[in-house]
Amino acid sequence: MTLFGYRVPMMASLLVWCVLWEIVGRLDLMFILPPFSDVLVAAVDLVQLPSWQGATVTTLRAFLIGMVLAICVGIPLGMLMGRVKIADDLLGMWVNIFSSAPLSAIVPVLMILFGFGEKTIIAAVFLFAIWIIVLDTRAGVRHISPSLIEMARSYGAPRWALYGKIIVWAALPEILAGIRLGLIRGVKGVVIGQLLVAIVGYGALFETFSRNFRMSQFWALTIILFAFALVVSALIERAEAKVEFYAGVR
Amino acid sequence: MVAGTEVGRTAGVAPLSRNAQAVRLFERPIVLRLVSIGLFAAAWQIAGLIPVSFAFPTFSDTMAAFVRMMADGSMVTAYGSTLQPLILGVVLATFAGVGIGTLCGLWRPGEWLLIPVFIVLQAAPVAAFIPLVTFIYGIGMTAKTLAVIILALPVIVLNTYKAVRNVNGSLLVMSRSFMGTRWQEVFKIILPDASPVIFAGLRLGVAAGFVGVVLAELLITPTGIGDLITFARSRADYAGMYATIASVIALSTVTLVALQWIEVRVFRPEKRGG
Amino acid sequence: MRAAVVRNEAVMNEPAADAIVEVRGISKTYGGVEALRDVDLDFPRGKLTSLLGPSGCGKTTLLKIIAGLIDADRGSVVVNGKKVSAPGPERAFVFQDFALLPWATVLRNVAFGLELRGTAKEEREAIARRYVADVGLAGFEDKYPHELSGGMRQRVGLARALCVDADVLLLDEPFSAVDEQNRRKFQEDLIRLRTNQNKTFIFVTHSIEEAVYISDRIVLLSPRPGRVSRIIEPDIDRSGDPDRIHRDKHYLDTVEEIWQGLKQYVE
Repeated sequence: MTLFGYRVPMMASLLVWCVLWEIVGRLDLMFILPPFSDVLVAAVDLVQLPSWQGATVTTLRAFLIGMVLAICVGIPLGMLMGRVKIADDLLGMWVNIFSSAPLSAIVPVLMILFGFGEKTIIAAVFLFAIWIIVLDTRAGVRHISPSLIEMARSYGAPRWALYGKIIVWAALPEILAGIRLGLIRGVKGVVIGQLLVAIVGYGALFETFSRNFRMSQFWALTIILFAFALVVSALIERAEAKVEFYAGVR
Repeated sequence: MVAGTEVGRTAGVAPLSRNAQAVRLFERPIVLRLVSIGLFAAAWQIAGLIPVSFAFPTFSDTMAAFVRMMADGSMVTAYGSTLQPLILGVVLATFAGVGIGTLCGLWRPGEWLLIPVFIVLQAAPVAAFIPLVTFIYGIGMTAKTLAVIILALPVIVLNTYKAVRNVNGSLLVMSRSFMGTRWQEVFKIILPDASPVIFAGLRLGVAAGFVGVVLAELLITPTGIGDLITFARSRADYAGMYATIASVIALSTVTLVALQWIEVRVFRPEKRGG
Repeated sequence: MRAAVVRNEAVMNEPAADAIVEVRGISKTYGGVEALRDVDLDFPRGKLTSLLGPSGCGKTTLLKIIAGLIDADRGSVVVNGKKVSAPGPERAFVFQDFALLPWATVLRNVAFGLELRGTAKEEREAIARRYVADVGLAGFEDKYPHELSGGMRQRVGLARALCVDADVLLLDEPFSAVDEQNRRKFQEDLIRLRTNQNKTFIFVTHSIEEAVYISDRIVLLSPRPGRVSRIIEPDIDRSGDPDRIHRDKHYLDTVEEIWQGLKQYVE
């Protein structure tokens, strides 16, 4: 939108909200909203605490392992479903069901199967992220123009070349979109997993801060987490933009 | 999903052999679904028999527990407690969401101010707020309804906003050429054109609502489905626990499929090609 | 057998007898590109005038300025003696991509112009039914656009424009999205329609054959910047069998002459 003739980007409105937050906090209108500046101070203090640093390492490690697993299993599964009709027919229903089901209900199962530690969190991330990766990979593979495949075959391409040189690249825009959405879901998975397990990582911290109404720290942690999710999402969007140039003409 | 295609019989084509007929049977979607479910159940049964873990009941045990819990009323009561905040929350989120989304789609300042907030809420793990909500509002309907709303609202707003913004421009020009007023544009063109995507957003909102209510109940209340799950676990009634979880997933799936069916029937996609 | 009358630039400024639409000094620039420069034109009442030219000559821009859908940078448009700068009841537009409401029946689509005007439902449906029959779609009133072919959809668009009883009908390449066979049929139908209605038609096309086939008057526009280069009035006898026109000597000569003039603009 334009203000006094200058184009103001949309995300700039978030700054307006931060200012509003500051005002609301200073006026002490709601106890759950301390002044924004207090939150920032709390954030700076927080990152210096070894407990936070430890929690971050735990959280990040579980997140990354879970995501890598989800990507390594999800992409081949999606390709299988995209190329082999039987696999698609049998598995498709389940992938669709799980991609929109309340997966948080399954986390208790993970807790009894994997215990109360990191393994459960990794499993939660894996569970949350994988379905959308499979679906988007499958969509990307199915969108490939058949003549592209026929062209490769007509020039004698062996299977590995077909997959490595054509299919993965042709489906890349959708695969990256799937990874981006999978990352966002993975972050939700790590948070929900930790909230339910409640003795590790950020989940434990959230629990403590909420229970004791230490709002500045709660919001500080929230902002750090939200910022992480958005940054990671933006990074993948950059990658998607790189392959955008051929996405339209496939 | 993939629909089986049936080759039409043209006059003069000889009837298919037994084998071919069997293959054709397997291409029909309902048969495939049943086979798929059957395989899933079989895999579950085997995993439970191995057993994969001491805490992994077989498919048959789980089904038995389900029947038991339905019979003694515990599951019905639990759902009664869960569905109320879910439906209330979804209804409130729908009205608020469609209203806000339409406003942002039509009014630039509203878009600038509100959409970034909802984009952040959509991408961020707002589940982190649920414990806070329950600490503030207690363990009753209010907290659960709020949990549903904070998870469902962003996706409804964003879908509505996108739909309203991406209305077929040609139709708007056509309306102007016949001297339509702005209100006529909104109600006769923009909203009807946006309605399929708005409804799709609603469906996603319902899915998010399920997540919200289950999570709220798992965390901190003594009622509802979430509590039933935690309670079963604490008594090592794993079959009961799995049965409850499976029922919630099944319910959510059935609801979403029903909504999708409505979406296709009422807002038929082929109608979009005017 | 009269020779086709050709008017060249020097004679152009002589105002046409009873011009319903007068365009004076219209100029329009789009982001640095001059789409139209100083266009002066008269459109005679009751006649079908075509705007013809290669892509980039501004013909659609000019049409939309006359319709009031786009603002000109300079110049004026006068319709029935009154200056106009926005859409009005005396002009109706037929769109190249049909612009039909996909969720409405044929009947509602045809009646849509009247609906926006606030005409009562019974009245507007009665009027709509008449025009649905007029364009040859009787029986299709309750069908939806996705059930119709491209040619039929454009008939709906045409019927909608006829319903509002405007004096001037503006058609923006109405048959370009229609297949060849239907296109010829449409052209024949348009000639027949014209004898039944005493409206003025302004028609944008890039097809020389089409322009010569149906027009009383052809305005040739040249591109970059868009200007009027010639006005031609093909004197073709259209009273008889429409198929015969395609073999009429004057039709063929005029088409060839125009093509020779436009060839230089083809990239």
